[in-house]
Amino acid sequence: MTPAAGRSGHSAGADLVVVGAGVVGAASAYFAALAGLRVVVVERGAIAGGTSSAGEGNLLVSDKEAGPELDLALYSQRVWREDLAEHAALWEFEAKGGLVVAASEPTVAALRGLGDHQRRHGVEVRDVGRDELRDYEPHLSPELAGAAFYPQDAQVQPMLVVAHLLRLARGLGAEVRTGTEVTGFLRDGDRVTGVRTTGGDLPSGAVLNAAGTWAGAVAGLAGVRVPVLPRRGFILVTQPMPPRTIRHKVYAAEYVGDVASSDAALQTSPVVEGTDSGTILIGASRERVGFDRTVSVEAISALAAKAIALFPMLREVRAMRTYLGFRPYCPDHLPVIGPDPRAPGLWHACGHEGAGIGLSAGTGKLVAQALTGRAPDLDLKPFAPDRFPDAGPDTEEVPR
Amino acid sequence: MAQTHDVAVVGAGPAGLAAAVEAAEAGLQVALVDGAAQPGGQYWRHYDERHARPDDRAGHHGWPVFAGLRERLRAARAAGRIRYLPGRQVYLVTRDESGTFTLRTTPSGAGETPETTSASGAGESSKTFATSSASGGSAPDAAGEITARALILCTGGYDRQLPVPGWDLPGVMTAGGVQALLKGHRVLAGRRAVVAGTGPFLLPVATGLARAGASVEAVAEANGTLGWLRDPVGAASVPGKAVEAAQYAALMARHRIPYRTRTVVTRILGQDRVEAVRISRVDRDGRPAGPVKEIAADLVALGWGFTPSLELALMLGADTRKDVDGSLVVAVDGFQRSSVEGVYVAGEATGVGGAVLATQEGRLSALALARSLGRPAVPGLMGRLRAAIGRGRRFAAAMHRTYPVPGAWTEWLEERTLVCRCEEVSYGDLRRAHDELGAHDPRTLKMLARPGMGWCQGRVCGFATAGIAACLNRRETTAEDLRPLSSRSLAAPVTLGELAALDRSHLSPDQ
Repeated sequence: MTPAAGRSGHSAGADLVVVGAGVVGAASAYFAALAGLRVVVVERGAIAGGTSSAGEGNLLVSDKEAGPELDLALYSQRVWREDLAEHAALWEFEAKGGLVVAASEPTVAALRGLGDHQRRHGVEVRDVGRDELRDYEPHLSPELAGAAFYPQDAQVQPMLVVAHLLRLARGLGAEVRTGTEVTGFLRDGDRVTGVRTTGGDLPSGAVLNAAGTWAGAVAGLAGVRVPVLPRRGFILVTQPMPPRTIRHKVYAAEYVGDVASSDAALQTSPVVEGTDSGTILIGASRERVGFDRTVSVEAISALAAKAIALFPMLREVRAMRTYLGFRPYCPDHLPVIGPDPRAPGLWHACGHEGAGIGLSAGTGKLVAQALTGRAPDLDLKPFAPDRFPDAGPDTEEVPR
Repeated sequence: MAQTHDVAVVGAGPAGLAAAVEAAEAGLQVALVDGAAQPGGQYWRHYDERHARPDDRAGHHGWPVFAGLRERLRAARAAGRIRYLPGRQVYLVTRDESGTFTLRTTPSGAGETPETTSASGAGESSKTFATSSASGGSAPDAAGEITARALILCTGGYDRQLPVPGWDLPGVMTAGGVQALLKGHRVLAGRRAVVAGTGPFLLPVATGLARAGASVEAVAEANGTLGWLRDPVGAASVPGKAVEAAQYAALMARHRIPYRTRTVVTRILGQDRVEAVRISRVDRDGRPAGPVKEIAADLVALGWGFTPSLELALMLGADTRKDVDGSLVVAVDGFQRSSVEGVYVAGEATGVGGAVLATQEGRLSALALARSLGRPAVPGLMGRLRAAIGRGRRFAAAMHRTYPVPGAWTEWLEERTLVCRCEEVSYGDLRRAHDELGAHDPRTLKMLARPGMGWCQGRVCGFATAGIAACLNRRETTAEDLRPLSSRSLAAPVTLGELAALDRSHLSPDQ
């Protein structure tokens, strides 16, 4: 891989323009600035205004089977816990652990099988028997059959991650321009040499498309296809509860299957966890309905019912609000990371679906390594931007 | 599913009562949903009617109007035209492909009168429907759902608050809260009171306290006095208002209540509760400019105008605008129609303007809806109402211009002053989120510093947070600032059990 962006190239302009001030853009900007690049982040809205502010802040390994995504998740874990360790308190990093619960003996058996498989690939898993469940979570339904505990699973407050990574990047010389929308690319033949924005042209050695769920539209401005689609999810937020009411991230074993599914219809699997502020977050629904922002009664009702099935005490607890977001989803459920051979100078870091918060740290570090001409710690080939066919049936209308 | 009403009216205050009875008398089938146990809203709030006393209506303006509306409500219910559902809050409203609206409601905790509790969950019953008391209501369907082909949203508003050092001490209340305790519960919230803020609403609160036996040490009005009386547009629009003002002036004099203009409470003092306030003369923008004085008090009633409740209108996607008083309101046309088909809005939610205007808007919305459904109209009536509403709006605008929230109010704040009391977010926290983390708009401030994320979901601190965000960026607040702090995904807290019961289709057979 040739150095795509270096300090030598331009006397004016940036080494790297990052499109999108979500968590992936922020992490990429931070690691690129740390590597010595002159970085400008452009964002059409406000920082963390898209999917980064619409999730729970999960850093999960438990929901992943062996493969490139698990490799990236494990690599990200190291980046969060080593490279970013000194800042962990800023974004409320909490290694709370994940508890995956099963309602029946056959599901427990399947969970054990998954655990064995994950252990062989570097995931820490503890088998939890029926009689130990209450030691982990006192309020769990007594009808559950068993669980698996994943101590590596962690949580952060994702908006604070974005804000602080951008703050740290600014401290390293980066510039963040919000309210600035990319309207096109500067080209030199095939080569991308910067962006056109509502705030003027920005020449740059490289451009990183970190536009999340809207990355397909940004790629389209450069004439390349990156099929990122919205997959809607709702989260219910309860009234504040006493500390440690729910101690871990608790979810039902069916969640793993739902995450990997490509079904367009509504799927809900209960994911329940507490936060620093005392509220309990209840996810996770998945459905492909474009960018529809109306509250789905079906989805929030299912979330509530399934959360109560795990924690019967939640029945009388009040929901204060619900929020929704659009996961940036690619047909093969893998993110798009790396240089785009179809438009030299254009890079992508997008399509992380529901795992973007957790995967952002590793993604940012890998992108910075590749941009500065080093061999990335992890092979980026599985995430290649041109791995998709040039056309497909998956383009959905992408409104602003 | 039970009957689909022609219209559901949300709110039984001046606008909602007028809309409901007018719609029913025009021949429509009406559902009237209200959070309170008995009709009247905030404006005609009164003690439990089953234990009424003659003096409960003291200080109530337009009580005969209310009595008339209440009588018409009674008649319409007896005729089976209005299904009245008190004590229920709408927490979610949706619209299906056919244009039918579904309101999901939860008990508000205010409707637990014997008549309503005995019928709750029992569905529609002729016994409750024909009940003789205005406070007794019908029960909604088992799941608390109401369906209707049109909506008239008359959701009113609540006190607008500005933080000031010490405002979180016990004994500091909203002016409306003090009034509600007096009118709704016959409770006097303190003995030595200071009433402060801006606007004509401070006067009935002060005189109400005095009449109930409190010593009102001062009314601190941030703006110059009674300017609207000299405002040719304002005073000429609604002559009755001048009479009302004169009556209050006389009452203030009779109770010897000091009325200090261009004066604000800049700090509230006390250890465990209010002991005194510090007041200061201010310039036109609200900057302290004169001598400071301390006044002993055990009750501070603060009122900075009103914030309209827009949750349901925003949930449906209605267009909004920033009104003269700085509040976000629903944009409506000359027939009270919002930008969403079938959704009418009347009263404070379209702009704070008082009960008379709200009643007129409620009537007009019902008449306009009835006409759109082909019902015969009384010739000339809508035109006269529209003219009256126009005059009322001009008067309200003149009042808003006379009693603005002072532009420099954020200068009263200290680093440690709490802005969001639910989540204990201070002014300093907001400043740091802005200066260090790049939170340049209210939504980002909310995400990074958590104002408006607690129990009240921004109802108390939303206006202040939007104002602080704008001030930190050296600009005026915009509708875009206010919108994220005015919209709520759930219009009221609701138990997960109730949410789970909304839709049973997600349960697999073995569950």
